[in-house]
Amino acid sequence: MTDSHTILQMRHITKEFPGVRALDDVTMSVRRGDIHAICGENGAGKSTLMKVLSGVYAHGSYSGQIIFEDEEVSFSGIRSSEERGIVIIHQELALIPELSVAENIFLGSEIRKGLLIDWDAARLRAIELLARVGLSISPDTQIKSLGVGQQQLVEIAKALSKNVKLLILDEPTSALNEDDSANLLDLMRGLKARGITCIMISHKLNEIAAVSDAVTVIRDGRTVETYDVVAGEVDEDRIIRAMVGRPIENRYPHHEPHIGSTLFEVEGWTVEHPEMPGRLVSDHASFSVSRGEVVGFAGLMGAGRTELARSIFGRSYGIFRSGRMTLDGRAIAPRTVSDAIKQGIAYVTEDRKNLGLNLLDSIKATTVSANLRAIVERGLLSFRRETEVAEKYRKDLLIKAPSVDVGVSTLSGGNQQKVVLAKWMYPDPKVLILDEPTRGIDVGAKYEIYKLIHGLADQGKGVIVISSELPELLGICDRIYTICEGKITGQIAAKDADQEILMRRMTTTSSTAAAMASPLPTPGESTTE
Amino acid sequence: MKAVKQVLGNNLQQYTMVVVLVLLAIVFDFASGGRMLTPTNFQDLLAGNAYVLVLAIGMVMVIVVGHIDLSVGSVAGFVGMAVALSIKSFGLPWWLGLLLGLAVGLVIGMWHGWWVSKVGIPGFIVTLAGMMIFRGLIVFTSGSISQPVPGEFTVLGAGYLPEWGPDTGLNNSTVVLGLLAMAWFVYSEINKRRHAVARGVDSPVWAMATRIVLIVAVLGYLTFLFGSGRPGTSFPIPGLVLVVLVVLYHTLTQRTTLGRHIYAVGGNKAAAALSGVNTARTYFFVMANMSFLAAVAGILAVGKSTAAGPADGNMWELDAIAAVFIGGAAVSGGIGTVIGSMVGGLMMAVLNSGLMLLGVQSDRTQIIKGLVLLAAVAFDVLNKQQGRPSIIGQMQRALSRQSGEASQKKTD
Repeated sequence: MTDSHTILQMRHITKEFPGVRALDDVTMSVRRGDIHAICGENGAGKSTLMKVLSGVYAHGSYSGQIIFEDEEVSFSGIRSSEERGIVIIHQELALIPELSVAENIFLGSEIRKGLLIDWDAARLRAIELLARVGLSISPDTQIKSLGVGQQQLVEIAKALSKNVKLLILDEPTSALNEDDSANLLDLMRGLKARGITCIMISHKLNEIAAVSDAVTVIRDGRTVETYDVVAGEVDEDRIIRAMVGRPIENRYPHHEPHIGSTLFEVEGWTVEHPEMPGRLVSDHASFSVSRGEVVGFAGLMGAGRTELARSIFGRSYGIFRSGRMTLDGRAIAPRTVSDAIKQGIAYVTEDRKNLGLNLLDSIKATTVSANLRAIVERGLLSFRRETEVAEKYRKDLLIKAPSVDVGVSTLSGGNQQKVVLAKWMYPDPKVLILDEPTRGIDVGAKYEIYKLIHGLADQGKGVIVISSELPELLGICDRIYTICEGKITGQIAAKDADQEILMRRMTTTSSTAAAMASPLPTPGESTTE
Repeated sequence: MKAVKQVLGNNLQQYTMVVVLVLLAIVFDFASGGRMLTPTNFQDLLAGNAYVLVLAIGMVMVIVVGHIDLSVGSVAGFVGMAVALSIKSFGLPWWLGLLLGLAVGLVIGMWHGWWVSKVGIPGFIVTLAGMMIFRGLIVFTSGSISQPVPGEFTVLGAGYLPEWGPDTGLNNSTVVLGLLAMAWFVYSEINKRRHAVARGVDSPVWAMATRIVLIVAVLGYLTFLFGSGRPGTSFPIPGLVLVVLVVLYHTLTQRTTLGRHIYAVGGNKAAAALSGVNTARTYFFVMANMSFLAAVAGILAVGKSTAAGPADGNMWELDAIAAVFIGGAAVSGGIGTVIGSMVGGLMMAVLNSGLMLLGVQSDRTQIIKGLVLLAAVAFDVLNKQQGRPSIIGQMQRALSRQSGEASQKKTD
């Protein structure tokens, strides 16, 4: 099975977390000098697999074998995998914004002369590495002054400085615009020509199609198929079929919408980036939600979906420039979060751990935290009321916990998300904005959350769902807006849409679409109805 | 083991600390040949530490919200001096001087609060500046000379509850106070059980009864200890001020929306802001309140020593901070209680008093106190690293044989 062309084999890898089997007997092999794409839905286990490979999950925390360059390896941490030439570049870049490019590249492997760092040598070497990734910037530039695309390239330069043999890129283009993405894909081809093997995790099938030599599809922690392809001639449908693996109807509950009159309307909403003057994160965005309607916001990462939602939610993001809001036929202008809550708007964040929860709190304290007023009796918080409310939601939302007194930090992602939803259902809002409501939670819990969303709509509320997963939007929404670079580029009834139509509109305002590695069909003439 | 858990319930941590405190007092009593648990010693202990404990009430709120206040000693000293000087120079009546002192404290607090909440400077820096500013102002205004205060302040800082009514062999005011405390505890226990039963939670009568017997015994003993001192002595008035403040601030932190907001901001500021909490206002309140309580502490202290001195308040902030951390507050904010800090402060006070009775020199006492503080915070930090609520929490879990393991998040 092993031959000189195979650089890496992963055999029967199984990795369990409490309550979840993230990887279940995964086997794959990668040929030297290939660009090997790993595909799968969110939560399928791709990132976990790469963390096993790069030693983030140390040897012993999983079962199975990793054979790298014909030798079984057991990495104790990321440093030990780097010593063998395996470098992972994570989705969230790991550069230090306050330090310079050269300082970042050699962080942890400083070039020394005696006890001191040899900055001259480091700078020279950095310039050389930057040239290899096609960056012509000074090695003394601070990271924070670079765009995301350039930062990505610095990460790769850093990897090259470690004499990388196998480069793992986790969603490398998810935060990049098309120019930068195309650039990155070119660079990957260049690395391949130099004999560096790449593993790329990506959701973007057109990119996979453009550069991959082999594809492995993972679903629910298992390898579905792994096969060779010819770059540029990849059958994307085959990948999608393997990724999804079951009829789409089963993943989303059936729902008959009862859509009423217009509930919430936003017009000409314009918001400036808080740190970059002049950059509009929302550019004259207009949209509406009706009673009983589930509206989707589709857009690539960085398109301004979250920024739009948060600026609406009491101006909790960015600098408000212009725009009007109408709720229930009445003009409103909430300037603070508590004002927005009072007016009947709720926003469930995409970043549950950092923005959604106080991980020190119990379930009950979290449940009432956005509506404390409601549990005040005679000037004091009523613990009895608090417990009653939390118990009610625990039953209604099927939150799996021994009691409402336990800390939210002990719950699984899905149950945490339900607690957060309970927190935002308790103030009884008229409009709920759910930002990536199913991120990082497993399939079963997702289904329950979809049902909850439909339940909220059936109560006559307007629900806005922001999601990166297009099938999810298509599966649960009644109507979908597409957003690109802060602009709303169109709206379409979910029943008339498919992923391709949405994707086209999500990338449509860019004048440089032609620069994409794999050209998309030209955008339709009228994308706004 | 299960029985222990049922008796102590969810407050195991607090009870554990109280038990340690009681044991410490008993050990010192034995070691010192019965000189620890005497009325005089306990009266002195409470009157002599009331001001630090008052500071700790404010400090725990500052630490929970995620800041620290280094200025409290200087502010307390400055307020004491301001009160003494204003009474002496302007001939103010004592009560007006007292109100003025409280007002000065509040204004200083608002000054700190403004820098923290509006300008966004960390409390550490703002109050480091305040520490220097107000220490300087003490010397500047007083010319480094001690200033006496009127006798009314001595009552406040070192007085005792009055004696009245029939001769019971104990101080009657103290007895009434003790009985009130016992009655309140019994009432709240019965109430708690009623709610638990209404929720269908198993809450055996015997567990409640054991709790009541234990706590009432402790309260009864304390009543006896404070009430049976020399004639004319009783539960000290600064102790009463402290008890009133503890009840007030315990309620404020645990039972009001403002209290919840303090914990929310300290636990996760961004999440609190996105839940509609006005974080700037919360910071402002906590900082303003801290200096107000520092003013109270300063007034108690000048009353105790009958004069305001230029060195008053030196290093008090460190005693207050130590009390809060020994009392279980987390360095990173979000965790800590008023009651816990009181127990932490009393722990320091008992250590001080006990070691002194044993004839340990103050230098060595200092070393021991430092080590105790380090050990207490080490517990907290080690807990954090393991990502678990607390070591006590783990013990609790082990006791109840529940497998409530902190579930790691699945990543992908």
